[in-house]
Amino acid sequence: MAGANGVGKTSLLRMVCGLAPVEAGQIFWNDQPIQAQRDAYRQDLCYLGHLNALQESMTVNENLVFTAALGGVAPEPGQIDSVLTHFGVRGRGAQLVRHLSQGQKRRVALSRLALSQARLWVLDEPFVAMDEAGVRMLADLIAAHLAKGGLTVLTSHQVVPIGNIAPQMLELRA
Amino acid sequence: MNTQVIHWFKFASPQNFYNLAGRMWPWFATLATLLTAVGLWISFFVAPTDAQQGEGYRIIFVHVPTSQMSMFIYIVMAAWAGFGLAFNTRLSGMMASALAPTGALFAFLSLVTGALWGKPMWGAWWVWDARLTSELILLFLYLGFLALQASIDDPRRADKACAVLALVGVVNVPIIYFSVKWWNTLHQGASVSLTRSPTMASTMLWGMLIMVVACWMYAITIALLRVRNIILERERHTEWVKHALE
Amino acid sequence: MKKLGLASVMLALMRREFAVALRQKGEVLTPLVFFVVVASLFPLGVGPESALLLRMAPGVLWVSALLAAMLSLQRLFATDYTDGSLEQMALSSTPLGLLVVAKALSHFLLSGLPLVMMAPVLGLQFGLDGRALGILMLTLLLGTPTLSLIGSIGAALTLGVRGAGVLLSLLILPLYIPVLIFGAGAVEADAAGLGFGGHLSLLAALFVLSVFFAPLATTTALRISLE
Repeated sequence: MAGANGVGKTSLLRMVCGLAPVEAGQIFWNDQPIQAQRDAYRQDLCYLGHLNALQESMTVNENLVFTAALGGVAPEPGQIDSVLTHFGVRGRGAQLVRHLSQGQKRRVALSRLALSQARLWVLDEPFVAMDEAGVRMLADLIAAHLAKGGLTVLTSHQVVPIGNIAPQMLELRA
Repeated sequence: MNTQVIHWFKFASPQNFYNLAGRMWPWFATLATLLTAVGLWISFFVAPTDAQQGEGYRIIFVHVPTSQMSMFIYIVMAAWAGFGLAFNTRLSGMMASALAPTGALFAFLSLVTGALWGKPMWGAWWVWDARLTSELILLFLYLGFLALQASIDDPRRADKACAVLALVGVVNVPIIYFSVKWWNTLHQGASVSLTRSPTMASTMLWGMLIMVVACWMYAITIALLRVRNIILERERHTEWVKHALE
Repeated sequence: MKKLGLASVMLALMRREFAVALRQKGEVLTPLVFFVVVASLFPLGVGPESALLLRMAPGVLWVSALLAAMLSLQRLFATDYTDGSLEQMALSSTPLGLLVVAKALSHFLLSGLPLVMMAPVLGLQFGLDGRALGILMLTLLLGTPTLSLIGSIGAALTLGVRGAGVLLSLLILPLYIPVLIFGAGAVEADAAGLGFGGHLSLLAALFVLSVFFAPLATTTALRISLE
């Protein structure tokens, strides 16, 4: 999804998640409107907005364990460490989130995707403030997700190649 | 499609309701004025002097209607709020917001007239009996509703939040009344009460009934006028409002 | 990855609440200190006459506990709202109502229970005897969970709103009145020889009602605040 700042990309993403009310029209998942299957839809959904949803007073490990629990799963021993390594924040598991840099916090927030079993990823400007390596890492992650049969809806100002998949473009104009 | 259904929901649109309210309120205003005049005449000139309380009791003709209406309006307000939450209609929330200040006013008047009655009768400006205390708490509930509405900028969100508050309140009102009655009987036993004695001359009953209906008509009139203002304010970006204001 | 049952998810949330509270002890202790200060203000206001204080004690302690419990309610959802965790909870596959119950339960354990523990100490200052202290503790134990549950409704309604703290008080205090009446009334009823059983059962009834209905209102209010 592309469009100028303030045109409503975030609002639309939040409607897709079912967080914001829809004035007109409906959103369908698996051919059913999302209001009719709220719990099942949320099971299939992983949303990453502008906010990191990380509790500052807790460690990275504690945050990720809780995030996984919200998704109804508990990570295997060692799984969090490998995820953190993959996202470039290796060894920071025992650190309080408060002590991480902005970039590191964002990466920890993104690593929730690797712990999620959701089929639909809704990402609001995930590439913002990421360095080149991070952008490539995230793009590969999304490509792998798509290859497994998943779906991703994301907004971005920059066009990022995801594997060799041609994305469906939606441009919002005021 | 059932034409009756279409006709009904036609007025769920603010624009249509605006016009409907514009046609309706003068009727209610006339009724309110007439009934108030009749009611006050009965209360001052027709109803007999009370054996125990003399002339001062006449304030009951304002006290009882206002306290009954304050309760009734809260229930109606909660009903509109619930309707708005369930069906996601904008107008329902506006109706609830339109009713709230009038309900609060009636609750306040009920308390003031209760105090005015209490002073000559029982020698105290305020009596902590069950009904007055419950009325005070009802006023707090109204004020909470108005305060919440005022603090949330987005009108849609304000309406929905106030709707939840109104519904929680309406469920709690019987519980609060029961607990206050319990508290009152525990602490004061048989003490002064502002509830009317069971024997009342029929003229007094008629007077009160007319005043109740008069207050009801007044409440409807004011609510219709207020909701028209709310509609204009909330829908001011639409074409029809711009035409209407020219 | 291992699947988690609903109870485990609720426990995970409670563990999280405790972890945060333990690391921000001030936020947990301040309402407790407030409780002590407010309760101590009353004798200063009405004079140290012991008969008067004895009569006032249950009401004063209950009102002070109520106000202290309300102070800590603002924290219930506010941090999670600002950092985005609340959004995630709303999108979780676990029903939001259960998460709200877990939050309210944690709030009770972290703020209500300390009040229950502190009350006897303050009660002694007012001259309450052992039996009265026991009844008071029992009523607080039954009443403070209800306060947490009803309070969560107000906390959810006032998220991100101007003047949330005072507004929360205005919205919640009228709803607290039945709990106050039955809680404080129990001690006095017992002293008058009427027994406290009736009051306790009413408190229990209020608790049951709030367990069933408050989460419903709170989740609706939370989703409205998240829109």
